[in-house]
This record gives sequence, structure tokens and C-alpha cells, in this order.
Amino acid sequence: MAQALAIDGRQDFITTKGRQISRLKCDDDSIAGAVSQRACVYCGARVVLNPITDAIHLVHGPIGCASYTWDIRGSLTSGADLYRNSFSTDLKERDIIFGGEKKLAAAIDELVAKYSPKLVFIYSTCIVGVIGDDLEAVAKAAANRHGIEVIPVQSSGFAGNKAAGYRAACDALFRLTAPATPAEAALAGKDRSINYLGDFNLAGEAWIIRDYLAQIGVDVNVVFTGDASYGELKKATRARLNIMQCAGSMAYLASQLEETYGIPYMRVSFLGLADTADSLRRIAAAMGGGDLSRRAEELIARETAAVQPVIDSYRAKLAGKKAAVYVGGGFKAISLIKQFRELGIEVVMVGTQTGRKDEYETIDSLVADGTVILDDANPAELEKFMAEKGADLLVGGVKERPLAYKLGRAFIDHNHDRKHPLSGFAGAVNFAAEVYSTLCSPVWRQAKTGGDLNG
Amino acid sequence: MLDATPKEFNERTSGGMINPAKTCQPIGAMYAALGVHGCLPHSHGSQGCCSFHRMHLTRHFRDPVMASTSSFTEGASVFGGGANLKTAIKNIFQIYNPEIIAVHTTCLTETIGDDIPSIIKEADIPEGKVVFHANTPSYQGSHITGFSNMTKAMVGYFAEASAAIKKEQVNLIPGFVNPGDMREIKRIAHLMGAPFIMFPDTSGVVDTPMTGEFVMFPKGGTTLGELGDSGNSKLTVALGRFASSDAAEALAKKCKVPAVTLKTPIGIKATDALVMALRRAFVREVPWELEEERGQLVDIMTDTHFHFHGKKVAIFGDPDIVTGLAEFAVSLGMAPVHVLTGTPGGAIGSDVGSFEEDIAAIVGQAGLKANIKAGGDLFTLHQLIKNEPVDLLIGNTYGKYIARAEDVPFVRVGFPILDRSVHSYLPVVGYRGAMRLIEMIAGALLDRQDRDAADEDFELVM
Repeated sequence: MAQALAIDGRQDFITTKGRQISRLKCDDDSIAGAVSQRACVYCGARVVLNPITDAIHLVHGPIGCASYTWDIRGSLTSGADLYRNSFSTDLKERDIIFGGEKKLAAAIDELVAKYSPKLVFIYSTCIVGVIGDDLEAVAKAAANRHGIEVIPVQSSGFAGNKAAGYRAACDALFRLTAPATPAEAALAGKDRSINYLGDFNLAGEAWIIRDYLAQIGVDVNVVFTGDASYGELKKATRARLNIMQCAGSMAYLASQLEETYGIPYMRVSFLGLADTADSLRRIAAAMGGGDLSRRAEELIARETAAVQPVIDSYRAKLAGKKAAVYVGGGFKAISLIKQFRELGIEVVMVGTQTGRKDEYETIDSLVADGTVILDDANPAELEKFMAEKGADLLVGGVKERPLAYKLGRAFIDHNHDRKHPLSGFAGAVNFAAEVYSTLCSPVWRQAKTGGDLNG
Repeated sequence: MLDATPKEFNERTSGGMINPAKTCQPIGAMYAALGVHGCLPHSHGSQGCCSFHRMHLTRHFRDPVMASTSSFTEGASVFGGGANLKTAIKNIFQIYNPEIIAVHTTCLTETIGDDIPSIIKEADIPEGKVVFHANTPSYQGSHITGFSNMTKAMVGYFAEASAAIKKEQVNLIPGFVNPGDMREIKRIAHLMGAPFIMFPDTSGVVDTPMTGEFVMFPKGGTTLGELGDSGNSKLTVALGRFASSDAAEALAKKCKVPAVTLKTPIGIKATDALVMALRRAFVREVPWELEEERGQLVDIMTDTHFHFHGKKVAIFGDPDIVTGLAEFAVSLGMAPVHVLTGTPGGAIGSDVGSFEEDIAAIVGQAGLKANIKAGGDLFTLHQLIKNEPVDLLIGNTYGKYIARAEDVPFVRVGFPILDRSVHSYLPVVGYRGAMRLIEMIAGALLDRQDRDAADEDFELVM
């Protein structure tokens, strides 16, 4: 089947470094009929907001949208765990005909009575966009009724792709973080702390970074959105600086916060030793340097000394292997290319679901000639290029895992299903260990020879 | 994690769900369509639907799940999805080249009113290729309804009474069960010497062997020829009122194939019913292999009955599975005290019986009473368990929160199971499946007893 992937219009989404001018088409809608790995607006909004631990995340729609996103993110909490429940208005046929506003209002009332939240997000789904329920009005009335914040998230599934959902989530966050009083507004940008954008605390990753920054002497005000609480988010505008890891989801919010409150932002990455060290240095410098920078250097030296020998031991075993990368956003792909290089592994195929033009340009500048770069890939393309380029390992999400295994290739989940933190120095070791354990597992020996008893 | 669940019941009237025990129609339709050989399920809606369903099925089966999407945009939702679907059909045949495309709808396309049959008629379909469809509005029923609707569509589109007299063969409609269960039902039919057509049949599709190659359309699945020939069978056995009876009734109506609806063959009684139905229709003797298996099962039940007797159990999940589990639990001497499904209770298209009545009859025959709820959610189940604690919980993965909160042994059966593997390969149906269930249930109960036992009560022989 791999030879049949010359679907009209897909050629522009694939490029090979060194052979074509890199004018990759991205951030466009998937082609109708594609076995796309992409999700929808609602999915994008939900994954960004869901880690907010003490909020009610109420999905206004038929049951499916709530069922499929129930506790799937693996975001850890240090406090409330309300966000790990699944709330839905479970719209039925009569609601579609007569409108779902009353049901939504009643559902909010019930949930507020049960859980006494300070914050309720109501997510719009496809059908709500079509029947035209006025979420703003319902939210406003409910907020007044209960004296809490009720924020509608405009995430009708069809209104764009997952990236549009990130934007809808950013809109909701921007609204949430707006200072409620003149006194609070006066504090904007005045605190000595920073906000950390684009970490969802998968497997506790944000905690690792928070700890590093504490060691340097930088306080994290709030993380967007890993392990974030309502109270923390309400003070978000006090921070002096925003650092941003996952730019795909957070760039819009960062620029809004800069524009409105004058809080500057800088991009960081805590994936791999080099990026982690570089990010810590830049944060220390941005916050005034001096002692901060000295402590940053000490931390980097200490941590590097601890983990470098371990990384080197893995590198000795892994050098020369080839990896394929297919992840959600561009930032992660860029970091992974560098991180694999630290392990002596070359990335021979790289793609994303929602990477942006500038990110693809960075990718193009990083990879070796002959590397395949592709946007919004389908399984046939992944199979073809992994085989063609001789990739030993695929990095991907849920749907790519069994595909890689079927092809007899190792796999790393760099998405919701990761089980170890992959951030920072500790994460770099976890990553190396995971790459080693999947690439060098004895099961592949069976896979290579198995399945043919008559051979 | 569920500390906030209160024990006191306050009436909930909004109709909203807290921690659902069901999901939406399209995923059931997608799973059913995977059980047709050479078929690519197609989701007519936003791309998120397709992505979520594939993700969920992939997590459950741990196998690649292929399906395409119409990739709806704002424009399509205003002007209708006809153009998207036609483009999709053209692209799918061009790039993926399946034999068949099975289109199912979503809440979005149902609401904007896309007329799928007309769109298919106008679509550019290559010679020899087939497109069929089922309407699966997400705002009605559950994933089980979607499975039922897609299975019924297979009858509507393909079944034909082409032979003058009915053939000595039986149609087996397995319902929303794992490929391991479908294999076991087929094995029983084989042993009974009953030629059969199973549809849908996802064995060999979502439980494929590792070969070092990715095959988009694996060997398994009911063929188009078999679907057509189902109209010539002399009997249809629908397993599970909720997932299978609609298709059987449609086949009876369209092709005059007599239909019998049985429970999903979980446990000894329901398996007996399947074996007897096959024996009656094919006038064969039940072979020794099955007699032996049944005898072994009875032997195991007697060997272990003291572990089960009087144990209170809560069972939740899909209605056909839950019904079978409840019956089996009763036959082991257990007391199902809470029995819940998220699917609405009236069987689709059937005017007889309902989930509540079926379960009430099962527990009633044993002189027991249970809290029975259809269309329920896991918040309700948790409250029920808080008010009347149980010794065991049986259900899908989502039960783990309640099991942890209430410190109850937990056996995973049903869909989805996202945190354990191998389950989709091994049956819970048939006599062998019943043995497996006993091993799982006894294991859970006895592991707990071992864990909790004081040193002086810790026993080697149990």
C-alpha cells in the first residue's frame, strides 16, 4: 500500500532535506478521506486546559467528547483532583431540537452544589456550534448565580484543527487571568517570579523544572497549565517573565500577556542536556544574572556531572541507530532531534501534526541531508519513510505505537502515555533509558525471526 | 481520587453525566465496520471524532486501527458535507484502495442533515468497489447502538435471499465483544459441526500477528460474499439483545431467515443456550469435546464455589456483557447487588424486555434483589457502593477509580480496557471463557484475602 500514497495535494506536505527547497505546506486542513493522525478543535482546547486541577471541566455535547477525554493526559496534581473526573451534559435528541442551554445551566447548578468549585469551564462541541446555544449567556448567568467564574471555551470541533483549539484554550486562559481588581492590575509584572507556559506536568515534569528554578533562586508563579489551580492562575499577571516550552499551544497566550500587561516571554526547552542547560542560563540572565547565573552554572555542573556518565554509557550502546519522529508540535520535534544527537542517534524522518512554518525551518536547518520532513502524516507515509530510511525507532503518540511495533520497530511515547518524566537532566536519563530499553529489548529477536515456522 | 463523591443521594435532574459508563454511537459503528474484510471505516464528521475513536480502540486492542475522516470544516458544516464525503470517497479509493468503505455519521452531520444515501449515489466509486453507510447520531443510545446500527446496515445493504431453499448454515452475530470472544464462538460452532457466517468478525483484524509488516486490510473480517449469503441461512443466532438483535430482525424481515436472540454466551447457562440452539437447528449430537469442556467447567465451579458464595458484587458496563456476567455471578452463588449500564435500557428495536427487566429476572430467580440501573453513570454506581459495600467490582477500566476509592477487588471485563493487555485475545464467552472468569474472579478475591490476612491467618492452601 505504501506505493499508493501519492494522494493529490499531499506532495506539498512532504519534503526531503537537500533535495527540494524547503517550502513545506503546514498548518492547513487535512484532506478529506485521510487516515489523519490529527484531532479537532475541542481536543486541542481540552488537552491544554484539562490539567487545571480544581476546575470543573464540563463538556457540553453528546457523551463521546467527554468519554474519550476522561483523564487521558497523565497530568499530575499536588492538590485537587477534580479535573480527573468526566463531566458531560450528555445531549440527547430533544436537546438538539429544543436547544441545550437549560440543560447546561442545570448541569452547572448540580455540579456546583456537589463540588463547590471556584471555576467551571464549559466546552463547546461540534453540535453546540450548529444548534447555536449561547454559552456566553449561560456562563454569565451561572457565574452570577453562584458567585464563581464560569468560562466558555469556544471549541466546536469543526472550526479548524487542533491548533485552533489551543487558541480557544488560550482565549479562555487570557480571560481567566485578567486582574479582577485595580489593586491586582497594579501588581502586573511586579513580582520577582516567572510563569512557566506550555508544560502539562506529565509524569511530574513541571515539578522537576520548578525545583531547578527554585535552586537557582527563581520562583515559579504558575505553570500553564500543569498542576495549576484557580488561585494561582488568578495571580498569573504578577509574574515578571513568561518562559514558554510548548510554543504550539502557548505562543498566542504569551503574546497576549506581553501585549496587554507588558510581560515579556522567552522560549525554552527542557528536553535534553544541552537545551536544559541553555534554557536555565538564559532564564537566570533574563532575571538579572549575577547570583542567579552563578547558581545556574553550579546546578548545571552538578547535574551534568551526575547524569553525563549515564548518558554516555547509553550512547555507547545506541550510537549509529536511526530514529523517526512524529509528534504533535514543532518544538518537541526540534528538541528531540537534538536529544537524539546527544545519544548518537540520527533522526531520519521527522513530522508533526501542528508544526508551524518557522518550526519547520528550524527542523530543516538541524537535520542531515536526506532526512524526510512531513506535516500531518498518515500511517502509509510513516510506514513508507520509516522503511525507506531504515529507522530503528519511532517516537509518536497513542495511534503510532502499534504501527511501529507491527513494523518490528522500537517505540517511545512522547505524548500523553509517557510514564516517566522526560524533562530536565533527570528526564534526559529517563529518555536514554527508555530508548535503550525499547531498542535493545530481546523481544525484537523473536520479532525478526518469528511468525514463520516453515521458513 | 473520588473523595468528593457523597454517600447521600440527591436527585440529579439535569440529565448530565458524571463519569460516564458509555460513549457515543460512531465508535461502535467503526468497530463493527472493522469486522468486514477489506473495509475502511469512514467517519463523516470532524477529524477529532475519527481520531478519538481510533485512539480509544487502539488503546483497547493494542493494534493499529484504520479509519478515515471527512475532515469537516466550518464551510462544510454550513453548506453540508456532501462535497467533503465525495472527495473523501474518491481519495480513499485512490490512496488506500479498500474493497469497501463503511460510512458512519456523527452528531454534526446528523444535525446538519446530510443525506448519505444520495451523496453515495453521486460519488465516484470505482468498478467493483462498494460504499455502504449507517446513521449513527451520537446523541442517541450509546456505542452499543452504533455497533447495532452498523451491523444492521450490513444486512440492509448486502444480505440477499438468492437461494431457493435455505442452506444448512447459521448466521452468528456476536455483538460488541473482543476478537478472542468471536474466535471462541466460532470454535464452538465448528465443534458443533454447524456451518456458519459470523458478522461482523473482527478476529484477524484487531488481533493480528506480528509479521514485521503493516497490513492495512488484514486477513480477517466477514467477506462481502458471506454477508450476501447470510440471506440464505436457515437460522440467525443474535448474541446479545442490545448489540445484535436488530440486525437479526432485519434479516428475518428482508430474507425470511428465522432469528433467535440469546444472551451473550457468558457463563454456563448462556453458553448452554447457544449450544442447544445450534443442536436443535442442526440435529447433531453435541461432541465429546464440548461435553468434556462443560464437565470441566462444572467441576471447577464445584471445586471453587465456597470462594464465591454470598459474595456481593457490583457489575457495570455494556448491557449484553453485564447481563451475561450477572447471570454467571448468580450461578456461582454470588449476589449482584448493583448492576449498571450506561446504555439506555430499552433494547433497540425490540419491543420485549429491557435491561432492568432482564437483570431483575436473573437475580429474582435466585431470590435476590439488586439495584439495577440503565442509562446510569459511574458517579451513581459509586454512590450505590458507598451505601451498600461490595466484595468485588467487575467492569471496564474506568472502574479502577471506584475500586481504589472503596478498596474493593476489581476484575476487568468489557470495553474499554486501557490499562491491561492480552484481554482481547482471550475469551470470556463459552465454557472456556467461564473458566477464565472464575480464575480472574477467584484470583482477585483470594489475592485480597492473602494481602489482608494477619500472619496467623495466612494460609498456604486455599
